[in-house]
Amino acid sequence: MEPQKVVEVKGLTASFDEKEILKDVSFSAKKGEVTVILGGSGSGKTTVLRHLLGLIPLTQGHIEVLGKDISNLTEDEQLSLYLQLGVFYQNGALLNSLTVGENVGLPLNQHSKIPKPLVEEIVTMKLGLVNLEYAYHMFPSQLSGGMLKRAALARAIAMDPPLLFCDEPGAGLDPISLESLDNLILNLKNLLGMSVLMVTHEVSSIMRVADHIVYLDEGKVVFEGTVENAMKSDEPSVKAFFSVFRNQQK
Amino acid sequence: MKLKKKKKPLQYITNDDRLSYRYKGNTLYLSGNLKLVESGLLARNVLKKLSALKPSALFLNLDQLEDIDSSGVMALYFVKGKLAEKGTHVEIEGGSEIIREKLELFGYENVEKVSVPPRRNYLEQLGGHVHHFFSSYVYGFLVLAANVFYWSFADLFRRKTRREGEVVNQAVLIGVNAVLIVLFMSFVIGLVLAMHSSGQLQVFGANIFIVDLTVLAVMSQMGPLITAILVAGRSGSAIAAEIATMKVTAELDALKTMGLDPIRFVVVPKLYAALITMPFLIIVANVFGIFGGGLAGYIYLDITPEVFINRMGEVMQNKDLLTGFVKSQVYASIIVLTGSFYGFRVERGAEGVGKVTTIAVVVSISLVILADSILGLIFY
Ligand SMILES: Nc1ncnc2c1ncn2[C@@H]1O[C@H](COP(=O)(O)OP(=O)(O)OP(=O)(O)O)[C@@H](O)[C@H]1O
Ligand SMILES: [Mg+2]
Repeated sequence: MEPQKVVEVKGLTASFDEKEILKDVSFSAKKGEVTVILGGSGSGKTTVLRHLLGLIPLTQGHIEVLGKDISNLTEDEQLSLYLQLGVFYQNGALLNSLTVGENVGLPLNQHSKIPKPLVEEIVTMKLGLVNLEYAYHMFPSQLSGGMLKRAALARAIAMDPPLLFCDEPGAGLDPISLESLDNLILNLKNLLGMSVLMVTHEVSSIMRVADHIVYLDEGKVVFEGTVENAMKSDEPSVKAFFSVFRNQQK
Repeated sequence: MKLKKKKKPLQYITNDDRLSYRYKGNTLYLSGNLKLVESGLLARNVLKKLSALKPSALFLNLDQLEDIDSSGVMALYFVKGKLAEKGTHVEIEGGSEIIREKLELFGYENVEKVSVPPRRNYLEQLGGHVHHFFSSYVYGFLVLAANVFYWSFADLFRRKTRREGEVVNQAVLIGVNAVLIVLFMSFVIGLVLAMHSSGQLQVFGANIFIVDLTVLAVMSQMGPLITAILVAGRSGSAIAAEIATMKVTAELDALKTMGLDPIRFVVVPKLYAALITMPFLIIVANVFGIFGGGLAGYIYLDITPEVFINRMGEVMQNKDLLTGFVKSQVYASIIVLTGSFYGFRVERGAEGVGKVTTIAVVVSISLVILADSILGLIFY
């Protein structure tokens, strides 16, 4: 069976203040795969994610997430869709008034009938997956940048969402934490069949986890395909990106 | 989007094949799905039934389990742990390869809980608070005040250390923009004050004393106090919020590392602006407060403007002007210092900004009233 598409974007065009940020963006992400969105700073990656999440109203184009057309959802359908998504925001977006543990437990407490003590254990386990058990009772303002990122990831996977969106989860992590984060994503993908759509610039990460690559350049998709094809691509920006990597390896 | 009150998570999260279980011999056979919803079921209902049975040993058999997620894994270990507390030895057995792998990945079998940091007892807490109050509030406030005043003298003629035009800018924000509200409020208060007194004065046939009463009350008390309270509410909060936001967003750090002292760059111009504009605001308040009183006198006691003004000349003393000026400088300093003090103390991100803003207003109004009574005694 052809793998289903978890995300499908067609002809997405968007502008801020008359300035066109996304120009006719089309791509798709398949179920059970890790799709990586690449592109220079300011190329519109976060804007694409925000559209997929319905945080920016769609003005032009068509978007389907988990098979649902996001432009006309009822309130209930919208909620049910949100509950199937885990989102890792670029700046973490943990609630500052709650401890790390309460942050991770929030969706579990709000949307399931799991007894409190079990929620606490699930939270501790999730924090353990990102090596952050010890931060359970700390407040986000007491964490370092990398710890914040890992805590935010723990919150994003709190509900074992079938589809996980990540905006630069690896930025600012040391190589060892980065590798364990990649392994976690691979494990989630392999064991839970989680599909992942992530923005990252870490080439080592891309090599480890990416199945499918979408390359954005100034709001346009200039490449979409596998990692091998991306490395062979003649598209100047894509070529430049991977040649930096090749030089590093030498 | 607003979330409905009614909670119906069941349909949203899993498919319909629920968990079913069968108890035979010493073994609990689980089949179907063990996911978010079913985990709750297992951890509540099934656990309750099992604990009632009090078996000495129990096998949790997963051979027929179709799927499990991380919460399911944790629920299994949760049940195991709870039963172990009651002396039942539990073993989890069987399950497909993928289920075993999940048990491994998510199975922190005895999740090491981090305990909540210990709380101190009440006496310790009280002592801590008192110590904290003196060491950080009183001391911190004095240090800030010393810094601010030192730099406001030292930098008086060194314009380079501030942003160009910043004093004027702040003067507009703190002073000019407050004129209308100060004017209106003091007029209303003067009017109402005189209106209520006029009845009493009439009884004694002491109509003319309405002038004494209005002028004294407004110039020595109401004018400066109303002005200070309004400015504390408007600008005290704005100063606290601005500095707190700058701290939270690391703008203060940025200033420091660019070699600009936040106190000289941010606070001192505000202090200048407040010190300059406050006396004028108080004059506005005095004029319109007395005008309000005069209007009430004219309406209720038939005191004509000429009479009022003549009498006013007799009542007014130069001392009142001096008091007003001294008060204006004290209040302006209190408001700017309190606002900045709390702004610099912000903690915990954006949420803290609102908190320190509120505290700054409450504290600066209280301090203003306290200072007013002390100054009132001195200048009496
Ligand atoms: N709310 C907004 N208002 C105006 N312009 C915006 C807004 N959000 C984003 N932009 C513009 O859209 C463009 C794309 O921004 P976006 O955040 O999507 O970039 P990005 O690819 O995620 O970059 P980075 O890798 O730095 O995170 C930028 O030019 C940015 O200035
Ligand atoms: Mg971005």
